[in-house]
Amino acid sequence: MPKIVFISSNDDEHIVDVESGLSVMEGAVQNLVRGIDGDCGGAAACGTCHVHVDQAWVEKVGGPATDMERQMLDLSDFKCPTSRLSCQITATEALDGLVLRMPEGQH
Amino acid sequence: MTPLHDLTHDRELARTLPLADFDVSHPDLYQRDALEPYFARLRAEEPVHWCRDSLYGPYWSITKFNDIVAIDTNHQVFSSDHTNGSFVLDDTTLNAVEGGIHLPNFLGMDPPTHDVHRMACSPIVAPANLLRFEALIRERTKDLFDGLPVGEDFNWVERVSIPLTTMMLATLLDFPFEDRAKLTRWSDVTTTRPGYGLVDTWEQRTQELMECLGYFQNLWDERKKLPPRPDLISMLAHNPAMQDLTPTDFIGMLVLLIVGGNDTTRSSMSGAALAMSLYPQEFQKAKANRALVSSMVPEIIRWQTPIAHMRRTAIQDIEFRGKQIRKGDKIAMWYLSGNRDPEVIDRPLDFVVDRPRARHHLSFGFGIHRCLGNRLAEMQVRVLCEEVLERYSRVEVTGTAVRVPSNLIHGFIEMPVRLHA
Repeated sequence: MPKIVFISSNDDEHIVDVESGLSVMEGAVQNLVRGIDGDCGGAAACGTCHVHVDQAWVEKVGGPATDMERQMLDLSDFKCPTSRLSCQITATEALDGLVLRMPEGQH
Repeated sequence: MTPLHDLTHDRELARTLPLADFDVSHPDLYQRDALEPYFARLRAEEPVHWCRDSLYGPYWSITKFNDIVAIDTNHQVFSSDHTNGSFVLDDTTLNAVEGGIHLPNFLGMDPPTHDVHRMACSPIVAPANLLRFEALIRERTKDLFDGLPVGEDFNWVERVSIPLTTMMLATLLDFPFEDRAKLTRWSDVTTTRPGYGLVDTWEQRTQELMECLGYFQNLWDERKKLPPRPDLISMLAHNPAMQDLTPTDFIGMLVLLIVGGNDTTRSSMSGAALAMSLYPQEFQKAKANRALVSSMVPEIIRWQTPIAHMRRTAIQDIEFRGKQIRKGDKIAMWYLSGNRDPEVIDRPLDFVVDRPRARHHLSFGFGIHRCLGNRLAEMQVRVLCEEVLERYSRVEVTGTAVRVPSNLIHGFIEMPVRLHA
Protein backbone atom coordinates (compact mmCIF):
# COMPACT_ATOMS: atom_id res chain seq x y z
CA MET A 1 0.00 0.00 0.00
CA PRO A 2 1.41 3.42 -0.90
CA LYS A 3 2.33 5.64 2.03
CA ILE A 4 1.10 9.21 1.82
CA VAL A 5 2.55 11.98 3.97
CA PHE A 6 0.20 14.76 5.09
CA ILE A 7 1.76 17.83 6.70
CA SER A 8 -0.56 20.27 8.43
CA SER A 9 -0.09 24.05 8.39
CA ASN A 10 1.50 23.83 11.85
CA ASP A 11 3.91 21.14 10.58
CA ASP A 12 2.29 18.09 12.19
CA GLU A 13 3.11 15.10 10.04
CA HIS A 14 0.76 12.16 9.46
CA ILE A 15 1.91 9.21 7.42
CA VAL A 16 -0.93 6.95 6.33
CA ASP A 17 -1.19 3.81 4.23
CA VAL A 18 -3.79 4.27 1.53
CA GLU A 19 -5.12 1.31 -0.39
CA SER A 20 -4.25 1.56 -4.10
CA GLY A 21 -7.25 2.69 -6.09
CA LEU A 22 -8.75 4.75 -3.28
CA SER A 23 -8.55 8.50 -3.40
CA VAL A 24 -5.95 10.10 -1.19
CA MET A 25 -8.75 12.04 0.56
CA GLU A 26 -10.53 8.77 1.35
CA GLY A 27 -7.32 7.39 2.85
CA ALA A 28 -6.91 10.50 5.00
CA VAL A 29 -10.50 10.39 6.25
CA GLN A 30 -10.27 6.67 7.07
CA ASN A 31 -7.14 7.41 9.11
CA LEU A 32 -8.69 10.46 10.79
CA VAL A 33 -6.10 12.90 9.46
CA ARG A 34 -7.15 16.26 10.89
CA GLY A 35 -7.60 18.90 8.21
CA ILE A 36 -8.88 16.61 5.49
CA ASP A 37 -12.66 16.60 5.94
CA GLY A 38 -13.95 15.49 2.54
CA ASP A 39 -17.44 16.83 3.26
CA CYS A 40 -18.77 16.13 -0.25
CA GLY A 41 -17.54 12.55 -0.28
CA GLY A 42 -15.23 12.96 -3.26
CA ALA A 43 -17.19 15.01 -5.80
CA ALA A 44 -14.65 17.87 -5.95
CA ALA A 45 -17.47 20.02 -4.67
CA CYS A 46 -16.59 21.29 -1.19
CA GLY A 47 -12.88 22.16 -1.18
CA THR A 48 -12.30 20.63 2.28
CA CYS A 49 -9.55 18.26 1.12
CA HIS A 50 -7.36 20.94 -0.48
CA VAL A 51 -3.62 20.12 -0.50
CA HIS A 52 -0.45 21.68 -1.83
CA VAL A 53 1.55 19.00 -3.62
CA ASP A 54 5.25 18.97 -2.71
CA GLN A 55 7.36 20.27 -5.60
CA ALA A 56 9.16 16.95 -5.97
CA TRP A 57 5.86 15.21 -6.73
CA VAL A 58 4.15 17.72 -8.99
CA GLU A 59 5.00 15.95 -12.22
CA LYS A 60 3.83 12.53 -11.04
CA VAL A 61 0.60 13.83 -9.54
CA GLY A 62 -0.33 16.22 -12.36
CA GLY A 63 -2.66 19.21 -12.36
CA PRO A 64 -6.42 19.45 -11.69
CA ALA A 65 -8.33 16.54 -13.19
CA THR A 66 -11.55 18.34 -14.11
CA ASP A 67 -13.02 21.80 -14.63
CA MET A 68 -14.93 21.34 -11.38
CA GLU A 69 -11.71 20.79 -9.44
CA ARG A 70 -10.07 23.77 -11.13
CA GLN A 71 -13.04 26.02 -10.36
CA MET A 72 -13.22 24.99 -6.73
CA LEU A 73 -9.49 25.67 -6.31
CA ASP A 74 -9.87 29.05 -8.02
CA LEU A 75 -12.27 30.08 -5.24
CA SER A 76 -9.84 29.22 -2.46
CA ASP A 77 -7.90 31.96 -0.72
CA PHE A 78 -5.07 29.45 -0.34
CA LYS A 79 -4.64 28.34 -3.92
CA CYS A 80 -1.03 27.88 -5.01
CA PRO A 81 0.47 26.62 -8.29
CA THR A 82 0.58 23.03 -6.96
CA SER A 83 -2.91 23.01 -5.40
CA ARG A 84 -5.08 19.92 -5.80
CA LEU A 85 -8.20 18.50 -4.23
CA SER A 86 -6.97 15.26 -2.69
CA CYS A 87 -10.25 13.50 -3.52
CA GLN A 88 -9.19 13.74 -7.16
CA ILE A 89 -5.79 12.06 -6.62
CA THR A 90 -5.91 8.26 -6.81
CA ALA A 91 -3.41 6.39 -4.64
CA THR A 92 -1.08 4.15 -6.67
CA GLU A 93 2.27 2.47 -6.00
CA ALA A 94 3.86 5.17 -8.15
CA LEU A 95 2.80 7.71 -5.51
CA ASP A 96 4.38 5.82 -2.59
CA GLY A 97 5.94 8.53 -0.36
CA LEU A 98 3.85 11.40 -1.80
CA VAL A 99 4.12 14.54 0.33
CA LEU A 100 1.06 16.81 0.63
CA ARG A 101 0.80 19.99 2.67
CA MET A 102 -2.47 21.33 4.02
CA PRO A 103 -3.21 25.02 3.70
CA GLU A 104 -3.86 27.22 6.71
CA GLY A 105 -7.41 26.90 7.91
CA GLN A 106 -7.59 23.14 7.47
CA HIS A 107 -6.75 21.63 10.81
CA MET B 1 -47.11 19.20 25.60
CA THR B 2 -45.14 17.95 22.63
CA PRO B 3 -43.01 20.38 20.63
CA LEU B 4 -44.12 18.70 17.40
CA HIS B 5 -47.26 19.16 15.29
CA ASP B 6 -49.68 16.31 14.75
CA LEU B 7 -49.03 15.09 11.21
CA THR B 8 -51.68 12.34 11.00
CA HIS B 9 -53.54 14.20 8.28
CA ASP B 10 -50.39 14.94 6.27
CA ARG B 11 -49.24 11.34 6.47
CA GLU B 12 -52.56 10.17 5.09
CA LEU B 13 -52.58 12.83 2.37
CA ALA B 14 -48.99 12.10 1.38
CA ARG B 15 -49.90 8.41 0.99
CA THR B 16 -53.07 8.91 -1.07
CA LEU B 17 -52.65 12.12 -3.09
CA PRO B 18 -51.73 11.52 -6.76
CA LEU B 19 -48.08 12.46 -7.29
CA ALA B 20 -49.12 14.86 -10.04
CA ASP B 21 -50.85 16.96 -7.37
CA PHE B 22 -47.85 17.22 -5.04
CA ASP B 23 -46.62 20.73 -4.27
CA VAL B 24 -43.93 20.72 -1.58
CA SER B 25 -43.34 24.47 -1.86
CA HIS B 26 -46.44 25.64 0.03
CA PRO B 27 -45.49 27.78 3.08
CA ASP B 28 -48.24 26.15 5.20
CA LEU B 29 -46.34 22.86 5.07
CA TYR B 30 -43.27 24.59 6.51
CA GLN B 31 -45.24 26.38 9.19
CA ARG B 32 -46.40 23.03 10.60
CA ASP B 33 -43.21 21.15 9.66
CA ALA B 34 -45.17 18.63 7.62
CA LEU B 35 -42.77 18.05 4.73
CA GLU B 36 -41.24 14.69 5.56
CA PRO B 37 -44.17 12.42 4.57
CA TYR B 38 -44.38 14.15 1.17
CA PHE B 39 -40.63 14.17 0.60
CA ALA B 40 -40.41 10.50 1.64
CA ARG B 41 -42.92 9.52 -1.05
CA LEU B 42 -41.22 11.66 -3.69
CA ARG B 43 -37.82 10.16 -2.89
CA ALA B 44 -39.24 6.66 -3.16
CA GLU B 45 -41.54 7.04 -6.15
CA GLU B 46 -40.65 10.12 -8.17
CA PRO B 47 -37.39 11.67 -6.97
CA VAL B 48 -37.32 14.14 -9.87
CA HIS B 49 -40.84 15.54 -9.82
CA TRP B 50 -42.67 18.12 -11.89
CA CYS B 51 -45.11 20.35 -10.03
CA ARG B 52 -47.33 21.87 -12.72
CA ASP B 53 -48.50 24.80 -10.61
CA SER B 54 -47.74 26.49 -7.32
CA LEU B 55 -47.66 29.93 -5.75
CA TYR B 56 -44.36 30.31 -7.60
CA GLY B 57 -45.37 28.75 -10.91
CA PRO B 58 -44.34 25.31 -12.19
CA TYR B 59 -41.06 23.78 -10.96
CA TRP B 60 -39.07 20.58 -10.73
CA SER B 61 -38.29 19.08 -7.32
CA ILE B 62 -35.00 17.26 -6.77
CA THR B 63 -35.34 15.24 -3.58
CA LYS B 64 -32.50 12.69 -3.39
CA PHE B 65 -29.09 13.47 -1.92
CA ASN B 66 -26.92 12.43 -4.87
CA ASP B 67 -29.22 14.01 -7.46
CA ILE B 68 -28.94 17.30 -5.56
CA VAL B 69 -25.13 17.03 -5.62
CA ALA B 70 -25.30 16.41 -9.39
CA ILE B 71 -27.44 19.52 -10.01
CA ASP B 72 -25.56 21.71 -7.53
CA THR B 73 -22.21 20.92 -9.20
CA ASN B 74 -23.46 21.43 -12.77
CA HIS B 75 -23.66 25.21 -12.82
CA GLN B 76 -22.98 25.22 -16.57
CA VAL B 77 -26.50 23.86 -17.17
CA PHE B 78 -28.27 24.75 -13.93
CA SER B 79 -27.74 28.47 -13.52
CA SER B 80 -28.30 30.55 -10.44
CA ASP B 81 -27.57 33.80 -12.26
CA HIS B 82 -29.92 36.69 -11.46
CA THR B 83 -30.50 37.23 -15.19
CA ASN B 84 -32.06 33.76 -15.23
CA GLY B 85 -34.14 34.24 -12.08
CA SER B 86 -31.57 33.79 -9.29
CA PHE B 87 -31.56 31.09 -6.61
CA VAL B 88 -34.88 31.00 -4.77
CA LEU B 89 -38.17 29.56 -5.95
CA ASP B 90 -40.14 32.72 -5.18
CA ASP B 91 -39.12 35.10 -7.99
CA THR B 92 -40.21 38.12 -5.97
CA THR B 93 -37.48 37.63 -3.35
CA LEU B 94 -34.62 38.68 -5.65
CA ASN B 95 -36.17 39.92 -8.89
CA ALA B 96 -38.17 42.98 -9.92
CA VAL B 97 -41.39 41.04 -10.52
CA GLU B 98 -44.82 41.53 -8.91
CA GLY B 99 -43.75 43.83 -6.07
CA GLY B 100 -40.21 42.53 -5.56
CA ILE B 101 -37.02 44.43 -6.32
CA HIS B 102 -33.86 43.38 -8.10
CA LEU B 103 -31.26 42.13 -5.61
CA PRO B 104 -28.33 40.73 -7.61
CA ASN B 105 -25.47 39.11 -5.65
CA PHE B 106 -22.76 36.53 -6.11
CA LEU B 107 -24.88 33.60 -5.03
CA GLY B 108 -27.09 34.70 -7.93
CA MET B 109 -24.23 34.92 -10.41
CA ASP B 110 -22.49 32.44 -12.67
CA PRO B 111 -18.73 32.62 -13.26
CA PRO B 112 -16.74 34.72 -14.01
CA THR B 113 -18.37 37.68 -12.17
CA HIS B 114 -19.37 35.34 -9.37
CA ASP B 115 -15.73 34.58 -8.57
CA VAL B 116 -14.73 38.26 -8.35
CA HIS B 117 -17.58 39.18 -6.00
CA ARG B 118 -17.28 36.08 -3.85
CA MET B 119 -13.55 36.52 -3.42
CA ALA B 120 -14.03 40.14 -2.40
CA CYS B 121 -15.98 38.84 0.61
CA SER B 122 -14.17 35.60 1.44
CA PRO B 123 -11.24 37.11 3.45
CA ILE B 124 -13.69 38.02 6.26
CA VAL B 125 -13.94 34.32 7.13
CA ALA B 126 -10.22 33.58 6.59
CA PRO B 127 -8.58 31.43 9.30
CA ALA B 128 -6.86 34.39 10.97
CA ASN B 129 -10.22 36.14 11.38
CA LEU B 130 -11.89 32.99 12.68
CA LEU B 131 -9.20 32.70 15.35
CA ARG B 132 -9.77 36.32 16.27
CA PHE B 133 -13.54 35.73 16.51
CA GLU B 134 -13.49 32.61 18.66
CA ALA B 135 -12.63 34.34 21.93
CA LEU B 136 -15.28 36.97 21.27
CA ILE B 137 -17.92 34.35 20.47
CA ARG B 138 -17.01 32.48 23.65
CA GLU B 139 -17.27 35.58 25.81
CA ARG B 140 -20.61 36.60 24.34
CA THR B 141 -22.06 33.11 24.61
CA LYS B 142 -20.98 32.83 28.27
CA ASP B 143 -22.43 36.26 29.08
CA LEU B 144 -25.68 35.37 27.38
CA PHE B 145 -26.16 32.12 29.29
CA ASP B 146 -25.13 33.81 32.56
CA GLY B 147 -28.18 36.03 32.07
CA LEU B 148 -30.71 33.29 31.26
CA PRO B 149 -33.13 31.83 33.81
CA VAL B 150 -32.92 28.21 34.93
CA GLY B 151 -36.11 26.26 35.56
CA GLU B 152 -38.46 28.70 33.85
CA ASP B 153 -39.70 29.07 30.28
CA PHE B 154 -38.33 31.64 27.87
CA ASN B 155 -38.29 32.12 24.09
CA TRP B 156 -34.99 30.58 22.91
CA VAL B 157 -35.19 32.22 19.48
CA GLU B 158 -35.47 35.71 20.92
CA ARG B 159 -33.03 35.26 23.78
CA VAL B 160 -30.38 32.94 22.32
CA SER B 161 -30.47 32.46 18.54
CA ILE B 162 -31.19 36.04 17.51
CA PRO B 163 -28.85 37.86 19.91
CA LEU B 164 -25.86 35.58 19.25
CA THR B 165 -26.15 35.65 15.47
CA THR B 166 -26.95 39.35 15.28
CA MET B 167 -23.95 40.26 17.44
CA MET B 168 -21.76 38.14 15.16
CA LEU B 169 -23.08 39.80 12.04
CA ALA B 170 -22.63 43.26 13.57
CA THR B 171 -19.00 42.33 14.26
CA LEU B 172 -18.39 41.07 10.71
CA LEU B 173 -19.76 44.31 9.30
CA ASP B 174 -18.46 46.50 12.14
CA PHE B 175 -22.03 47.72 12.29
CA PRO B 176 -23.00 50.22 15.02
CA PHE B 177 -23.77 47.89 17.88
CA GLU B 178 -26.68 49.86 19.29
CA ASP B 179 -28.48 49.60 15.94
CA ARG B 180 -27.92 45.88 15.43
CA ALA B 181 -31.61 44.97 15.75
CA LYS B 182 -31.97 46.59 12.33
CA LEU B 183 -29.86 43.77 10.86
CA THR B 184 -32.27 41.13 12.15
CA ARG B 185 -35.18 43.11 10.73
CA TRP B 186 -33.57 43.57 7.30
CA SER B 187 -32.72 39.90 7.21
CA ASP B 188 -36.33 38.93 7.88
CA VAL B 189 -37.73 41.51 5.46
CA THR B 190 -35.53 40.29 2.60
CA THR B 191 -36.93 36.76 2.56
CA THR B 192 -40.59 37.61 3.08
CA ARG B 193 -43.47 38.96 1.02
CA PRO B 194 -46.62 40.79 2.15
CA GLY B 195 -49.12 38.63 4.02
CA TYR B 196 -46.76 36.57 6.17
CA GLY B 197 -46.81 38.75 9.23
CA LEU B 198 -43.71 40.87 8.60
CA VAL B 199 -44.63 43.48 5.99
CA ASP B 200 -48.09 44.63 4.91
CA THR B 201 -47.26 45.88 1.43
CA TRP B 202 -44.58 45.57 -1.24
CA GLU B 203 -43.94 49.30 -0.83
CA GLN B 204 -43.13 48.77 2.82
CA ARG B 205 -40.64 45.99 1.98
CA THR B 206 -38.96 48.16 -0.68
CA GLN B 207 -38.83 51.14 1.64
CA GLU B 208 -37.20 49.12 4.45
CA LEU B 209 -34.62 47.65 2.07
CA MET B 210 -33.83 51.14 0.77
CA GLU B 211 -33.33 52.27 4.34
CA CYS B 212 -30.84 49.40 4.66
CA LEU B 213 -29.06 50.56 1.49
CA GLY B 214 -28.88 54.16 2.73
CA TYR B 215 -27.52 53.11 6.09
CA PHE B 216 -24.78 51.01 4.49
CA GLN B 217 -23.93 53.65 1.91
CA ASN B 218 -23.03 55.93 4.79
CA LEU B 219 -20.89 53.22 6.35
CA TRP B 220 -19.18 52.62 2.99
CA ASP B 221 -18.42 56.33 2.58
CA GLU B 222 -17.01 56.56 6.10
CA ARG B 223 -14.82 53.49 5.75
CA LYS B 224 -13.60 54.50 2.31
CA LYS B 225 -12.06 57.62 3.84
CA LEU B 226 -10.29 55.64 6.58
CA PRO B 227 -7.40 53.18 6.19
CA PRO B 228 -8.50 49.58 5.43
CA ARG B 229 -9.82 47.61 8.39
CA PRO B 230 -10.74 43.94 8.76
CA ASP B 231 -14.52 44.38 8.50
CA LEU B 232 -16.60 43.46 5.48
CA ILE B 233 -17.69 46.97 4.55
CA SER B 234 -14.16 48.36 4.77
CA MET B 235 -12.87 45.39 2.76
CA LEU B 236 -15.40 46.06 0.01
CA ALA B 237 -14.90 49.82 0.05
CA HIS B 238 -11.16 49.39 -0.45
CA ASN B 239 -11.33 46.57 -3.01
CA PRO B 240 -10.42 47.87 -6.50
CA ALA B 241 -12.80 45.33 -8.11
CA MET B 242 -15.75 46.68 -6.10
CA GLN B 243 -15.48 50.36 -7.02
CA ASP B 244 -18.08 50.19 -9.80
CA LEU B 245 -20.70 48.59 -7.59
CA THR B 246 -24.07 50.22 -8.36
CA PRO B 247 -26.56 50.84 -5.53
CA THR B 248 -28.53 47.86 -6.86
CA ASP B 249 -25.44 45.63 -6.75
CA PHE B 250 -24.62 46.90 -3.26
CA ILE B 251 -28.03 46.23 -1.73
CA GLY B 252 -28.06 42.84 -3.47
CA MET B 253 -24.75 41.91 -1.90
CA LEU B 254 -25.77 43.31 1.49
CA VAL B 255 -28.93 41.25 1.75
CA LEU B 256 -26.99 38.13 0.81
CA LEU B 257 -24.43 38.80 3.56
CA ILE B 258 -27.12 39.71 6.07
CA VAL B 259 -29.37 36.72 5.40
CA GLY B 260 -26.46 34.32 4.86
CA GLY B 261 -24.67 35.55 7.97
CA ASN B 262 -27.67 35.66 10.22
CA ASP B 263 -30.85 33.76 9.43
CA THR B 264 -29.07 30.49 8.71
CA THR B 265 -27.06 30.16 11.92
CA ARG B 266 -30.05 31.50 13.84
CA SER B 267 -32.10 28.53 12.60
CA SER B 268 -29.34 26.06 13.40
CA MET B 269 -29.08 27.41 16.95
CA SER B 270 -32.83 27.04 17.40
CA GLY B 271 -32.76 23.58 15.85
CA ALA B 272 -29.99 22.68 18.31
CA ALA B 273 -32.32 23.30 21.26
CA LEU B 274 -35.11 21.25 19.67
CA ALA B 275 -32.76 18.37 18.87
CA MET B 276 -31.32 18.34 22.39
CA SER B 277 -34.84 18.30 23.82
CA LEU B 278 -36.23 15.57 21.56
CA TYR B 279 -33.15 13.34 21.93
CA PRO B 280 -32.18 13.60 25.63
CA GLN B 281 -30.10 10.41 25.44
CA GLU B 282 -28.01 11.97 22.68
CA PHE B 283 -27.59 15.09 24.81
CA GLN B 284 -26.34 12.92 27.68
CA LYS B 285 -23.97 11.08 25.38
CA ALA B 286 -22.36 14.36 24.29
CA LYS B 287 -22.35 15.67 27.84
CA ALA B 288 -20.42 12.60 28.95
CA ASN B 289 -17.99 12.76 26.03
CA ARG B 290 -17.32 16.32 24.85
CA ALA B 291 -15.16 15.09 21.95
CA LEU B 292 -18.48 14.28 20.28
CA VAL B 293 -19.15 17.99 19.80
CA SER B 294 -17.13 17.71 16.57
CA SER B 295 -19.80 15.44 15.06
CA MET B 296 -22.70 16.94 17.02
CA VAL B 297 -22.25 20.31 15.29
CA PRO B 298 -22.53 19.12 11.67
CA GLU B 299 -25.32 16.78 12.81
CA ILE B 300 -27.30 19.75 14.14
CA ILE B 301 -26.75 21.56 10.86
CA ARG B 302 -27.90 18.50 8.88
CA TRP B 303 -30.84 17.70 11.15
CA GLN B 304 -32.12 21.27 11.06
CA THR B 305 -31.17 22.10 7.42
CA PRO B 306 -31.55 25.89 7.85
CA ILE B 307 -31.99 26.50 4.12
CA ALA B 308 -34.77 24.24 2.86
CA HIS B 309 -34.02 24.68 -0.82
CA MET B 310 -31.89 26.43 -3.40
CA ARG B 311 -33.31 27.02 -6.85
CA ARG B 312 -31.61 26.81 -10.22
CA THR B 313 -32.83 27.50 -13.75
CA ALA B 314 -32.01 25.20 -16.67
CA ILE B 315 -30.33 27.21 -19.41
CA GLN B 316 -30.57 24.39 -21.94
CA ASP B 317 -32.75 21.34 -22.50
CA ILE B 318 -31.36 18.36 -20.62
CA GLU B 319 -32.47 14.86 -19.71
CA PHE B 320 -31.98 14.21 -16.00
CA ARG B 321 -32.75 10.81 -14.38
CA GLY B 322 -35.09 10.01 -17.24
CA LYS B 323 -37.00 13.31 -17.09
CA GLN B 324 -36.92 15.89 -19.84
CA ILE B 325 -36.02 19.25 -18.29
CA ARG B 326 -36.55 22.17 -20.66
CA LYS B 327 -34.59 25.37 -21.00
CA GLY B 328 -36.10 27.94 -18.64
CA ASP B 329 -37.54 25.41 -16.18
CA LYS B 330 -37.15 26.17 -12.49
CA ILE B 331 -35.50 23.49 -10.40
CA ALA B 332 -35.74 23.30 -6.59
CA MET B 333 -33.01 21.30 -4.89
CA TRP B 334 -34.66 20.35 -1.61
CA TYR B 335 -31.73 20.15 0.81
CA LEU B 336 -34.30 19.40 3.51
CA SER B 337 -35.25 16.22 1.64
CA GLY B 338 -31.75 15.19 0.54
CA ASN B 339 -30.59 15.42 4.15
CA ARG B 340 -33.28 12.81 5.00
CA ASP B 341 -32.38 10.44 2.14
CA PRO B 342 -32.04 6.95 3.69
CA GLU B 343 -29.85 5.77 0.80
CA VAL B 344 -27.10 8.14 1.94
CA ILE B 345 -27.89 8.88 5.60
CA ASP B 346 -28.47 6.03 8.04
CA ARG B 347 -31.54 6.61 10.31
CA PRO B 348 -31.94 10.01 8.65
CA LEU B 349 -34.81 11.26 10.80
CA ASP B 350 -32.86 10.79 14.02
CA PHE B 351 -30.48 13.19 15.67
CA VAL B 352 -27.34 11.14 16.36
CA VAL B 353 -24.47 13.01 18.04
CA ASP B 354 -21.85 10.38 17.17
CA ARG B 355 -22.94 9.89 13.57
CA PRO B 356 -20.03 8.63 11.46
CA ARG B 357 -19.16 11.05 8.66
CA ALA B 358 -21.58 13.62 10.05
CA ARG B 359 -20.05 16.27 7.81
CA HIS B 360 -21.45 14.59 4.71
CA HIS B 361 -24.65 16.67 4.49
CA LEU B 362 -26.19 19.11 2.05
CA SER B 363 -26.92 22.08 4.30
CA PHE B 364 -24.02 24.19 2.97
CA GLY B 365 -24.61 23.22 -0.66
CA PHE B 366 -21.90 21.85 -2.92
CA GLY B 367 -19.93 23.31 -5.80
CA ILE B 368 -18.97 26.90 -6.48
CA HIS B 369 -21.87 28.32 -4.44
CA ARG B 370 -21.06 26.37 -1.28
CA CYS B 371 -21.69 28.42 1.85
CA LEU B 372 -18.89 30.92 2.31
CA GLY B 373 -19.30 31.21 6.07
CA ASN B 374 -19.64 27.54 6.94
CA ARG B 375 -16.56 27.44 9.20
CA LEU B 376 -17.74 30.46 11.15
CA ALA B 377 -21.25 29.02 11.45
CA GLU B 378 -19.82 25.77 12.79
CA MET B 379 -17.70 27.66 15.28
CA GLN B 380 -20.72 29.59 16.59
CA VAL B 381 -22.77 26.40 16.96
CA ARG B 382 -19.82 24.58 18.54
CA VAL B 383 -19.33 27.23 21.23
CA LEU B 384 -23.08 27.21 21.90
CA CYS B 385 -23.06 23.40 22.33
CA GLU B 386 -20.00 23.46 24.57
CA GLU B 387 -21.52 26.06 26.87
CA VAL B 388 -24.90 24.30 27.05
CA LEU B 389 -23.33 20.88 27.73
CA GLU B 390 -21.15 22.42 30.43
CA ARG B 391 -23.94 24.21 32.25
CA TYR B 392 -27.17 22.21 32.05
CA SER B 393 -28.43 18.71 32.69
CA ARG B 394 -31.22 19.03 30.17
CA VAL B 395 -32.67 21.38 27.55
CA GLU B 396 -36.44 21.07 27.37
CA VAL B 397 -38.69 22.55 24.69
CA THR B 398 -41.89 22.95 26.66
CA GLY B 399 -44.45 23.78 23.97
CA THR B 400 -45.04 23.84 20.24
CA ALA B 401 -42.39 25.82 18.41
CA VAL B 402 -43.68 28.51 16.02
CA ARG B 403 -42.01 28.05 12.65
CA VAL B 404 -41.26 30.48 9.84
CA PRO B 405 -43.84 30.06 7.05
CA SER B 406 -41.15 29.81 4.38
CA ASN B 407 -39.88 27.16 1.99
CA LEU B 408 -36.48 28.88 2.06
CA ILE B 409 -35.74 29.82 5.68
CA HIS B 410 -36.28 26.63 7.66
CA GLY B 411 -36.39 28.19 11.06
CA PHE B 412 -38.35 29.34 14.05
CA ILE B 413 -40.06 32.46 15.33
CA GLU B 414 -40.67 31.19 18.86
CA MET B 415 -39.45 28.25 20.85
CA PRO B 416 -40.41 27.92 24.51
CA VAL B 417 -37.43 26.41 26.31
CA ARG B 418 -36.66 25.54 29.92
CA LEU B 419 -33.09 24.92 31.01
CA HIS B 420 -32.47 22.48 33.85
CA ALA B 421 -29.61 22.91 36.32
